[in-house]
Amino acid sequence: MSMIEVRVWRGGPNGGYRAYTVPREDAQTVLDVVTYIQRRLDPTLAYRFACRVGMCGSCAMTVNGKPRWTCRTHVADVARDDRLEVGPLAHLPIVRDLVTDMREFFDKWARARGQFQATSTRRDEFARVEPASPSRRAVDAAIECIGCGACYAACDVVAWNPAYLGPAALNRAWTLVNDARDGARGERLAAVAGDAGCHACHTHESCTERCPKHLSPTASIAGLKRASVMAAFRGEL
Amino acid sequence: MSARTETWTWLAQRASAAVLAICVVVHLAMMIGAVRGGLSAADILGRTRGSAAWALFYGLFVVAVSIHAPLGLRTIASEWLGWRGRGADAACAMIALSLLALGLLAVGAVTL
Repeated sequence: MSMIEVRVWRGGPNGGYRAYTVPREDAQTVLDVVTYIQRRLDPTLAYRFACRVGMCGSCAMTVNGKPRWTCRTHVADVARDDRLEVGPLAHLPIVRDLVTDMREFFDKWARARGQFQATSTRRDEFARVEPASPSRRAVDAAIECIGCGACYAACDVVAWNPAYLGPAALNRAWTLVNDARDGARGERLAAVAGDAGCHACHTHESCTERCPKHLSPTASIAGLKRASVMAAFRGEL
Repeated sequence: MSARTETWTWLAQRASAAVLAICVVVHLAMMIGAVRGGLSAADILGRTRGSAAWALFYGLFVVAVSIHAPLGLRTIASEWLGWRGRGADAACAMIALSLLALGLLAVGAVTL
């Protein structure tokens, strides 16, 4: 049976990588490897997962230097030289081993006014939104984010400015800016256009490169830049 | 800074970059042309002195530089040095005014 050497981050922020030897299997995912280590080699290993099929977004980790969903990453695709290194997501506080504290990540969604602000009640008529309208298409392009944090971990601007709202929160704000039913467009643009918001993006596109859902937070952020400029011209910002 | 100021600042840097893209190309082409054409300093001054067109062109160039460079430095100060807030903004404003004053003095010296 062939084996693979796996280095896994152990401990808190001042921890380090520890090496394990794991049997190679066909169609083996990185999550399979981490699970093998916890169940067969070291039950104290802490990591996070739930669905195992790319729906929940909880198993994102740093695999050979890049943020990835471990459940949808085959070992064969990332460990061609039989080297595998698994660490916690970057730019988030490490709780222990492969588990990060996601609070700041989701607090930034709230800071970017990521909550839908209703303008009608259940007793009103349904809003009519033309599926082919530009704003609805813009929502469609960005709405499938499941909040895994891969884009946030890949973003250079988050590393340089810890207050930066990040690609996921700004992407969420962009879906609401384009939601005809939402009533907080002005407040939301004001929330995302400050010095830790959309204008701080350098358009490196690391978020777009690393998004497992193949979304483009970069395009959403560019949309927010345009929308905030138009709002500024109209005196609405 | 407020969202409004930040948005205008962002737009100012992009707009000044667009102006600079044209100004730099024209400036480089002129410099290379002057050197290859064997023009002396006196020849060049003879053409620029009293020329409203060159005064306007280089005046615009200086204004664009005075907007673009300090805003870029402000971003670098924020991201690389962690220097943000009023102190950094004031330093960048001082750099902007210095570039503007020195640049316009130079433009005046060759066009007036």
